[in-house]
Amino acid sequence: MSINRGLTEEQIMLRNTVRKFAEEVIKPAARELDEKEEFSNEITLQMCDMGFMGAFVPEEYGGAGMDYVSYILTVEELARVDSSQAATVAAHNSLGIGPIYYFGSEEQRMQYLPLLTSGKLWGFGLTEPEAGSDAGNTKTRAYQNGDDWIINGSKIFITNASTSLTLGSSVLAVTGQQPDGRKQYTTFLVENTVPGFEAKAMKHKMLWRASNTSELYFNDCRVTSNMILGKKGDGFKQMLSTLDKGRLSIAAMGLGLAQGAFDYAVEYAKKRHTFGRAISTYQANSFKLADIEVGLNLARNFLYEVCRMADRGENITKEGAIAKLYCSELAHKAANDCVQIMGGYGLMKEYDAERFYRDQKILEIGEGTSEIQRLVISRIIGCYD
Amino acid sequence: MNILVCISRVPDTATKVIIGSDGKSIDPKGVKYILNPYDELALEEALRLREKNGGNVTAITVGTAEATETLRNALAMGADNAVLVKGDEPADSYSVAVNLADYAKKMNPDVIFLGKQSVDFDSLQLPSMLAEILGLPSISVVSKLTIDGTNVSAERDIEGGKEVVSTTLPCVISAQKGLNDPRYPKLPDIMKAKKKPIEEIASNNLDARTVVHKMEIPLKERKAKILGDSVQDIEMLVTLLHEDAKVI
Ligand SMILES: Cc1cc2nc3c(=O)[nH]c(=O)nc-3n(C[C@H](O)[C@H](O)[C@H](O)COP(=O)(O)OP(=O)(O)OC[C@H]3O[C@@H](n4cnc5c(N)ncnc54)[C@H](O)[C@@H]3O)c2cc1C
Repeated sequence: MSINRGLTEEQIMLRNTVRKFAEEVIKPAARELDEKEEFSNEITLQMCDMGFMGAFVPEEYGGAGMDYVSYILTVEELARVDSSQAATVAAHNSLGIGPIYYFGSEEQRMQYLPLLTSGKLWGFGLTEPEAGSDAGNTKTRAYQNGDDWIINGSKIFITNASTSLTLGSSVLAVTGQQPDGRKQYTTFLVENTVPGFEAKAMKHKMLWRASNTSELYFNDCRVTSNMILGKKGDGFKQMLSTLDKGRLSIAAMGLGLAQGAFDYAVEYAKKRHTFGRAISTYQANSFKLADIEVGLNLARNFLYEVCRMADRGENITKEGAIAKLYCSELAHKAANDCVQIMGGYGLMKEYDAERFYRDQKILEIGEGTSEIQRLVISRIIGCYD
Repeated sequence: MNILVCISRVPDTATKVIIGSDGKSIDPKGVKYILNPYDELALEEALRLREKNGGNVTAITVGTAEATETLRNALAMGADNAVLVKGDEPADSYSVAVNLADYAKKMNPDVIFLGKQSVDFDSLQLPSMLAEILGLPSISVVSKLTIDGTNVSAERDIEGGKEVVSTTLPCVISAQKGLNDPRYPKLPDIMKAKKKPIEEIASNNLDARTVVHKMEIPLKERKAKILGDSVQDIEMLVTLLHEDAKVI
């Protein structure tokens, strides 16, 4: 099968298993959870039980010990059915677990990873009301007070940060100046129960409605110095590296959503008849579908290849940006064409096409907008040198 | 408790099956194969028995090298080891039964599970044939099973109702829907499946006792109409039954 190219026997089995799980467990619940804007503890824990949380974390920390390709396949297959559940898994792995696994001390790993692979969630607080694309404008600050640190400021749009399963979040704060005058950033691990910290769910989203998005407030929030992730001053570097890898999971969500919309559109177009013919036999529709199939093939080949680069420990800043940009724009096109092919029905909540159409939009915005991806790529190819 | 589970590799029920150029086999091109859904129930029941009583679950299949993939699936679900009785595509149910029986005689399992049928050829013969060759009691189409010591009590689906049957171990049980809810293989178990052993033995490629002459795909004729439950829909239904179907 073309979608399995280059995958190992285990990766194919994993793909089939996650697909079956998504079809049988998530699909029947997705529309209602979206409608009610409801985060499901039940499905989250089932996904955890399947081993999705900590997919790439070694077994000694409670993970599934899989390679990055396998993790990305998992996210892709979830997003093929429902973006909200895929977002919970992608954010928890790439943004919640990732930084602790890659940058945490052995003590921090042993303390948190077994919990985060067995039912607890962790957020990644980078974005602020005045610092999204411009993360350098971070206003949240932390200063030292004896052996403690006091954090003040706020974060916005933080995935998984205020569910009843959430244990805490990694938070980027300014902790002073570097010798060259630039700001120094440090990441703190902040548990939800720490005094002076509040996490509040944000409501009325257009999309990812069954995924939790939160605002975080720090009001003289006090943490001990052993809650610094890795080393003081490493915050910005940790954030950039986290986003490099995180972009692969957003790309996987784009690829999965595009595949889901495409599958839906093909099936519909072959069944729906106008003027005595299936609408799939009109070139205006068949060429749309052919174009998406081209995109799916190219995107899949490239994304899996970048995952293999990540597995080999190679730098993927440019390739990750390319994959994220391409897959999210493919999702946009596929979801849009899917609705177009379905005509009026595509606009009704009764059909998944409507949800695909809304859910794709975040992919061009979260973890670096499409403009920022183009900025990253154009910088690396030397346009501004 | 030593348990043998017989499984088979079948085309995914969602796959569009095409008949091969010989007119009497399935064209394997582009077909996605899965573990026979009834065998999943059989395997799940075996795994639960092992979890309760301890012991070992062996999954076995008779077929070509391609069936290894299906055995890996069973290992990922939790079987301890697997056996591929390797040969040509089996000629008929009898040849499969003989091969399975040969292995069962060596292994001497306490209980043998199968799906009540495989969803490719639907011959429904295998469980009874296997029991007969081994001289064991057989309970087919089981939707509820209790094993207590060596006492076996099973609920069977029969037309319009249920039947309760009992026997003693060792015996052959064939699984029906409703018996349990098969588990999904978990991600770590998929990785571990790679390390579990698959034993290969050569099959007796027996001469078939039955021969397939021809396969046909049913004609696609859509006569169904779907109506809602509004007053107009009900009126439409009456009109259709009266004028189109002419039954009232
Ligand atoms: C549902 C959801 C979940 C999220 N989850 C998280 C999370 O878990 N953790 C987290 O930290 N953040 C999260 N985010 C935040 C997300 O990453 C930001 O929204 C995103 O980075 C964009 O920042 P912004 O919204 O401030 O937009 P802005 O940065 O204000 O950008 C506005 C527009 O200006 C454009 N623009 C900005 N700068 C440039 C430039 N230099 N050149 C060209 N164009 C430019 C942008 O491309 C964009 O189109 C989430 C957001 C959403 C909606």
